[in-house]
Amino acid sequence: MFVALSNNDPNPLYEQIKKQIIEQIMSGELPPGYMLPSIRALARELEISVITVKKAYEDLEASGYIVTNQGKGSFVAQAGAEFVRESRLKEIQKSFEKGIALCRELGYDDDGIRKVFGDILEEYGQP
Amino acid sequence: MDVILDVEGLVKKYERFSLKEVSFRIPKGYIMGFIGRNGAGKTTVIKCIMDLIPFEAGSIEVFGLDSRRCSDEIRRRVGYVSEEHYFYENMTAGWNLDFFGGFYPKHDRDLASSLMRKFDIDPSKKVSELSKGMKVKLALALALSHRPELLILDEPTSGLDPVIRNELLELLMEVVQDENCSIFFSSHITSDIEKIADFVTFIEDGRIVISDVKDAILDKWRLFRIDNNCSIAGLSGRLIGVKIGEFGFSGMTDDPQGFIRELTGKYPDARYKVEKVSLDDILIRIVREEEANEG
Repeated sequence: MFVALSNNDPNPLYEQIKKQIIEQIMSGELPPGYMLPSIRALARELEISVITVKKAYEDLEASGYIVTNQGKGSFVAQAGAEFVRESRLKEIQKSFEKGIALCRELGYDDDGIRKVFGDILEEYGQP
Repeated sequence: MDVILDVEGLVKKYERFSLKEVSFRIPKGYIMGFIGRNGAGKTTVIKCIMDLIPFEAGSIEVFGLDSRRCSDEIRRRVGYVSEEHYFYENMTAGWNLDFFGGFYPKHDRDLASSLMRKFDIDPSKKVSELSKGMKVKLALALALSHRPELLILDEPTSGLDPVIRNELLELLMEVVQDENCSIFFSSHITSDIEKIADFVTFIEDGRIVISDVKDAILDKWRLFRIDNNCSIAGLSGRLIGVKIGEFGFSGMTDDPQGFIRELTGKYPDARYKVEKVSLDDILIRIVREEEANEG
């Protein structure tokens, strides 16, 4: 696990911690069952308040990324990454559906919609 | 949450200064920073907690024990580092640690010598030959070697260079790895507190102005800079520590949304900037507000 905080980042510290841990869970770098450092150990490592780390862990737990066993520690949730990926996919599907519906309102056919999508993809394509 | 230190309505009167119903509490296992300028009352509060001076009204409970009736037991369980260090200057560091440690039944000599090694203190050196930073470390080693449940530090970092200050902060973080140990430390160097404290209490002229979770304070308070086409007189007293300059004025509020609504309601084309604040900014504005109210 790797977490590095920046004072120049406009996001609050607990958001930075959350984001970096989620990224590593999603990429598989932190596999299900991986034991996270204790709240106090991470606070010492990052030289920040215990409460800040606690808030990040609590949020991660509430959104299902990690589970905490009292006295044992915090672990990456078994189904965490998969569950999150699936729910994200649903979100993505919904926003595409919305885009398609808007295209239909303007009378685009399927090829027209593919072209719109292709243009957008080109614009926001991989750098 | 277990409360380790509970100060309630503390009143202490001196001729020219008084503590005015000071109240705050520290939950077990956390670090509280106590911020105020010199003379704001930080040391007076700490001396009341340690039962070194009497007070007129209010109550203090440490570990749920009354600070005055159980001061002996409390002192055994607290590690206290005062602003001035009372060591025998002509004796060695090791001798001092042994001698003063002897007053604590739970003093652990092995722990004391391992702390000295860890802090790089040469036990055979006379205290008079130690640097200021070394003396603070020696005092901390003494305070830690009876395994206190609460560490009370009065200005531990003042007068120290940034490297030693950082080293001390790392040591304090290490102390709270044990969830049963809490720390209360006063400082006017707010950057130290901004880093590691979980809770922050501001004191000004003997009064507690803010006492809250540090992150909540930094989330809530915002500094506004507003141009001169608006008049501070037309706005309600939401801003504190107002500074009036040539091009505009600035002030701080813990209700930025409410303030923006009021400002743009009264002055639809008001030009303003909102900024995050540091604990330093808050202290400066609190002092300014206090002085404005006096004068």
